[in-house]
Amino acid sequence: MSELPALRPETDTHCPYCALQCGTRLTGDRDVGVKVEPTDFPVNRGRLCQKGWTAPDVLAAADRLTRPLVRGPDGRLTETSWDTALDTVAEGLRRIRARHGPDAVAVFGGGGLTNEKAYLLGKFARLALATSQIDYNGRFCMSSAALAGNEAFGLDRGLPFPVGDLRSARTVLLAGANIAETMPPLMQHLERAELIVVDPRRTATAGRAKLHLQPAPGTDLALALGLLHIAVVDGLLDQDYIRRRTRGIEGAVRRAMTWWPERVESITGVPVSAQREAVRMLAGAEAGAGDGGAYVLTGRGVEQHSRGTDTAAGFINLALALGLPGSGRGGYGCLTGQGNGQGGREHGQKADQLPGYRSITDPAARAHVAGVWGVPPEDLPGPGRSAYELLDALGDDGGPRGLLVFGSNPAVSAPHASHVVRRLASLDLLVVADFVPSETARMADVVLPVTQWAEEEGTLTNLEGRVLRRRALMAPPPRVRSDLQVLHDLAVRLGEPPDRYPAVPQDAFDELRAASRGGRADYSGISYERLDTGESLHWPCPAAADPHPGTPRLFLDRFAHSDGRARFAEVEHHGPAEDISPAYPLYATTGRILAHYQSGAQTRRVTESNAAAPEPFVEVHPDTAARSGLADRGLARVTSARGSMTARVRLDATMRLDTVFVPFHFPGEGRANLFTHPALDPRSGMPAFKVSAVRLEALPEAAP
Amino acid sequence: MNRILIVGAGPAAHRLAERLRHHGHAEALTVLGAEPAPAHHRPLLSHVVAGRLTPEALRMPFPPGTRVLTDTMVTGIDRERREVRAQRGGVGTVHPYDTLVLATGARAAVPAIPGATGDGGRTGDGVTTLRTAADCERITGNTVVVLGGGPLGVETASALAARGTATTLVCDRPHPLYERLGDTGGGMLTELLAREGVRVLGGRTVVRRTPGSVLLDDGTTSRADTLVLCTGAVPAARLARQAGLEVRDGIVVDDRLRTGDPRIHAIGDCAEHRGRAAAGLDAAWAQAEDLAEILTGRDTAHRPVPPVFRLRTRAVDVSCIGSPDAFEAPGVRMLGFTDRDGHRYARLALRDERVVAAVLFGLPQAIATIGLLHRRGQQLPSDRLGLLLGWPPRPSSRESDTYEDAMICLCNNVRRRTLSLAWRAGARTVTALAAATRATTGCGGCGPQVAEQCDLWESEARREPGRAA
Repeated sequence: MSELPALRPETDTHCPYCALQCGTRLTGDRDVGVKVEPTDFPVNRGRLCQKGWTAPDVLAAADRLTRPLVRGPDGRLTETSWDTALDTVAEGLRRIRARHGPDAVAVFGGGGLTNEKAYLLGKFARLALATSQIDYNGRFCMSSAALAGNEAFGLDRGLPFPVGDLRSARTVLLAGANIAETMPPLMQHLERAELIVVDPRRTATAGRAKLHLQPAPGTDLALALGLLHIAVVDGLLDQDYIRRRTRGIEGAVRRAMTWWPERVESITGVPVSAQREAVRMLAGAEAGAGDGGAYVLTGRGVEQHSRGTDTAAGFINLALALGLPGSGRGGYGCLTGQGNGQGGREHGQKADQLPGYRSITDPAARAHVAGVWGVPPEDLPGPGRSAYELLDALGDDGGPRGLLVFGSNPAVSAPHASHVVRRLASLDLLVVADFVPSETARMADVVLPVTQWAEEEGTLTNLEGRVLRRRALMAPPPRVRSDLQVLHDLAVRLGEPPDRYPAVPQDAFDELRAASRGGRADYSGISYERLDTGESLHWPCPAAADPHPGTPRLFLDRFAHSDGRARFAEVEHHGPAEDISPAYPLYATTGRILAHYQSGAQTRRVTESNAAAPEPFVEVHPDTAARSGLADRGLARVTSARGSMTARVRLDATMRLDTVFVPFHFPGEGRANLFTHPALDPRSGMPAFKVSAVRLEALPEAAP
Repeated sequence: MNRILIVGAGPAAHRLAERLRHHGHAEALTVLGAEPAPAHHRPLLSHVVAGRLTPEALRMPFPPGTRVLTDTMVTGIDRERREVRAQRGGVGTVHPYDTLVLATGARAAVPAIPGATGDGGRTGDGVTTLRTAADCERITGNTVVVLGGGPLGVETASALAARGTATTLVCDRPHPLYERLGDTGGGMLTELLAREGVRVLGGRTVVRRTPGSVLLDDGTTSRADTLVLCTGAVPAARLARQAGLEVRDGIVVDDRLRTGDPRIHAIGDCAEHRGRAAAGLDAAWAQAEDLAEILTGRDTAHRPVPPVFRLRTRAVDVSCIGSPDAFEAPGVRMLGFTDRDGHRYARLALRDERVVAAVLFGLPQAIATIGLLHRRGQQLPSDRLGLLLGWPPRPSSRESDTYEDAMICLCNNVRRRTLSLAWRAGARTVTALAAATRATTGCGGCGPQVAEQCDLWESEARREPGRAA
């Protein structure tokens, strides 16, 4: 077992949930209970939301997994020893591989895993399993903006500037991002700015906005094109910036020219006057516009569409046309969702990627990483299936028959969940490493109990590309192992050299640094020592004789393409993959609420979260409810062409008549993903969670 | 073989070419355009007039692989031999087809005005119609008279005023857009155009032009370096008529957008589908999109797009939905209001809670919302006034809690009752209340409200010691 640093009675670490990674100080222990206080970390500056305050509850979850479980002949999961569990897994993996080849074994990771875990998981898949079949749930939440950012700027870092820069902003456009509910402590940085919120719902964030643009679901790109159109016609382009720092505006403008504001209004329902006001606010053309910059920030509402990459690119085009990115006083950013959504997509658990944000198809990248790993480059598999394609292929002819899941709960979080559950059930071997019995873990053949946030060391990279230390307050329960240890133990059983799979987080990080050296996300100059002395380090931070200070602000002098210029994208609006019809006359859109996080595997085990949001609900306009025969606080069935879920009706007059909202945190019959559409963005592989065509029906209350 | 030949190089032809390529039409695609330059965005011409855009910015390049012949005047169709004959630079050319699409659009209707127009719709110096980017360049001088009170006349006059030209709009009805807006809305429009710098002369027409001015039928003259004729358009159907195809107002087509000759289709302003010709750009695009599907083997039937007219001017938001007759249809329920001073006006005809016709003036939010509901055939909300005035919606059920249950801090799920308990337990400052309840520690948005509440309880406590909160 590794030598972890001595445990401290008081530990500075970060919240286990979202990509803000709010700074927290933990005190206490398992016996007296753990208390959390926010620190003055520059992102949260002494603030925390309910999830952060109550995070220690998960440490004490009554059903915490503390022993390995193996499904016995009776079909029940029963406790067993680590040796038995790991032997069972290794034996199963070997058998599948022998019969069906290495790609018959797959790995599914998560955006909440530390950098070290994500890195080692990718290495384990490529070397120990020799499989190309690895992807992760981050594909569901970030991949479209990541691709659009890479294409536009040559680099994808959610925010290419620290969040504190937003404090001086004059105008911030938030597209498809409900940060007042999903990232409350971020709001303090937006107190000065006038907000433009683009969201089909009047969210808590929209309620704070000076201007709320409420487009019909699935029409965001038409709106983005229309805003660019107005900027062109009204002479608000930053011509000097466009000439010096960009390429390809002609194609983008050619597309935007067909989107005059009246046409955009007819598609989106956003008034022409509001479109004009938004552009003038962003361009600082309003009478009496103050100083300060303008920012365009996008969230999942922009991305989770069948054309999410194009939609993100549409908003990037707007930011570029106004001369914002890399100007030092404005910019474009994508609000990463998951705790390590940023770091998790940089170090190799993505199907097409190697550590350091390298492409798995780039020969130089393969040679570098293979060199660090001590294998010939040709031993590295090529790109595999993206997340949903992978889940969809499970157990099928030619698809994987064994699956290892780390830090994810796809039985709840994947689109068309009933289908995904059938696919998971068809596997020969399902192994889940988790700290609570998630819905996916309950289906597994082998369950491996692993450490959680306050019990482990590591690093995460927050939405600003700032690399952060997660520190352990206390030891894990006896017989709970770290994910790194599990990967090490499995690799050894599969015949790999033990020193290839460091079980000590710092060792794994040092190897990650070497693997990332020279890559787009270069961590080689970042060390635990530097982070532990309190340095604030944003990647890229290459190793150097004089320690590199990190890069809080990207693109100030040049973009990351070889010619230093950003690229406009020639994008066109085509409407959602599934539109409403007489049989399914309403749009359903899914998202997060304040009290819960992702599939709810953690927050549904927190008393206060359950008190605040105990059950699935569907938000409906009162007229729409009346026309569907629904009563406030009654039960409703929400049905799409894929399936139905059940939810409590909440009337909300701020909803669009044609749209209902369902949070996706709940299990069983309350899974929003029973109705979501598995249409994928053709380029990023990201599912269209934000638009499903549904109908509503009243359900009688179940008899007590 | 399916060689597709499109006559006309306007927006309908452009969209058809794009969609044909999108749907995988890989064979020959030829476009014959009479103009020197191919398609441009006609709805944006007013920006050229206003000096906001150059004519080049309006161009729509055809997709790669499309053979586009400009300056090519089609002279005849030989349906037997499946050939189109044309003149290009004085040379006769012949273009064979397997499928012919007529997308010849409409031509400007030119009234007979002595001194301004001649035979066959010709216009003299200082006089122009407005269909192309080249027409925009013919508008010169410091004073312009625009003749015609339709949408194009209003948009053109408004754009000219925006560029600083002394502009007069002459229309034969009392106000511009009179057929749709009537006296009330029309009067408002006249006033708002005046604010933009457009002098509106209603109930008049131009009877003669002399260089630098026009004479009106009331005997007055008006200075006019240029006279712009926005006096309507007629479907360009001559070729079809000569070829023996059925033409009423436009070239008659069925739901497959076919003429009587199964190899010849017509789309856009030249076509007449279900009795409606020159239906505008939305219809032209929808027809192009449907025809692209039909020509690539799909079983598509064209359905008319709902007639909607949305004024494109910055002077005021105006939208007209449906046909004016719909207001008179039996069984419709009327809804409306007039705010004369506020320049707001609404008149709607409803059936089954759906809009069948509407005139909306000065109501930007209602225009957007109702436009979309109408386009999708969806029912209106029950709060009709809120809909028309664009009011923020009434509070939802979540927010209709009692005073004590009101949510103060969403981030930490703190209601007033919880704060009150903490106060009574001794938390008498915002900091103490935050420590006890976590209110204000999330986004911080409720800070002022908690401080106010704290002050209130404090003063209550001073007034009635022992009964606080």
